[in-house]
Amino acid sequence: MTPIGELHAAMADLTGDGPEKPEKREKSEAGVTGGREAPSMYPVESEEDLLTVRHAVRAATIRAGFGIVDQTRVVTAASELARNAYIHGGGGTLTIEHPAGPDRTGLRLVVRDKGPGIADLETALTDGYTTGAGLGHGLGGARRLMDEFEVDTTEGRGTTVVATRWASR
Amino acid sequence: MTVPASTGVPILRLGDVLVTGLLNELDDKTAVAFADELTERISSDGARGVLIDISRLEIIDSYVARMLMELTTMSRLLGARVIVAGMQPPVAITLVELGLQLTGVETALNAEQGLTALGWHRSPQAPEGVLRDAHR
Repeated sequence: MTPIGELHAAMADLTGDGPEKPEKREKSEAGVTGGREAPSMYPVESEEDLLTVRHAVRAATIRAGFGIVDQTRVVTAASELARNAYIHGGGGTLTIEHPAGPDRTGLRLVVRDKGPGIADLETALTDGYTTGAGLGHGLGGARRLMDEFEVDTTEGRGTTVVATRWASR
Repeated sequence: MTVPASTGVPILRLGDVLVTGLLNELDDKTAVAFADELTERISSDGARGVLIDISRLEIIDSYVARMLMELTTMSRLLGARVIVAGMQPPVAITLVELGLQLTGVETALNAEQGLTALGWHRSPQAPEGVLRDAHR
């Protein structure tokens, strides 16, 4: 492989699968939802990007077979997390992944920023706590809207939120 | 009667009531501009009531929730009563789970009930489609 080719491959690795279990997407038993989709990454650098992200997440929830209430939950959580990354994190990315277990499928949002990080995560997850112009319900609220929720943050090195909602059946 | 607004959101006037609605594509900037514009209209039109139809709104996140709460308070300070009408059930469920109760924001099941609460009643005699208010 040429050096350029290697570079491209490395970049594909970077932009494609995050560190979050890319192997999960092997094959499911003739899933009702069809083949696994590759993850897709969206920039979160502007107000317009927030709208684009909402559209993309809505479309993904529909393809994943989510009902209207779950669609609304996931799109709302995505909106909160993307806005956090944009406002507090100075911009970042949102990646939509399609996790699948043997008997379930879902949608996973990976929201990364390279902002200042969250100094006191416990407090940041408390309702009503805000350092910005919001209501302080963003992070804690988004956690309640999703089934699984992990925050990885280091002061000065940014924040990654991984949030999953499984399709109920 | 429709005044094209800078936000593209029409604000109609029916007597002393302003009627408006939010569309599904509500970004943060538009939300803020809408609040500014509506409070200006309340003041300039001397409105006593405001109906905001949100039946097209597909999500309400904390940003939009805050805008609605602040708009309600600002309008009350100006002497106008705001009713937010037509919230979609999934939006209501999600708002509660987010922990947002839209405290202080008056709501109605739909625009008609909201208008009724603001003092507008459908005439019992007039058949549908006959009502015109072209000269108001």
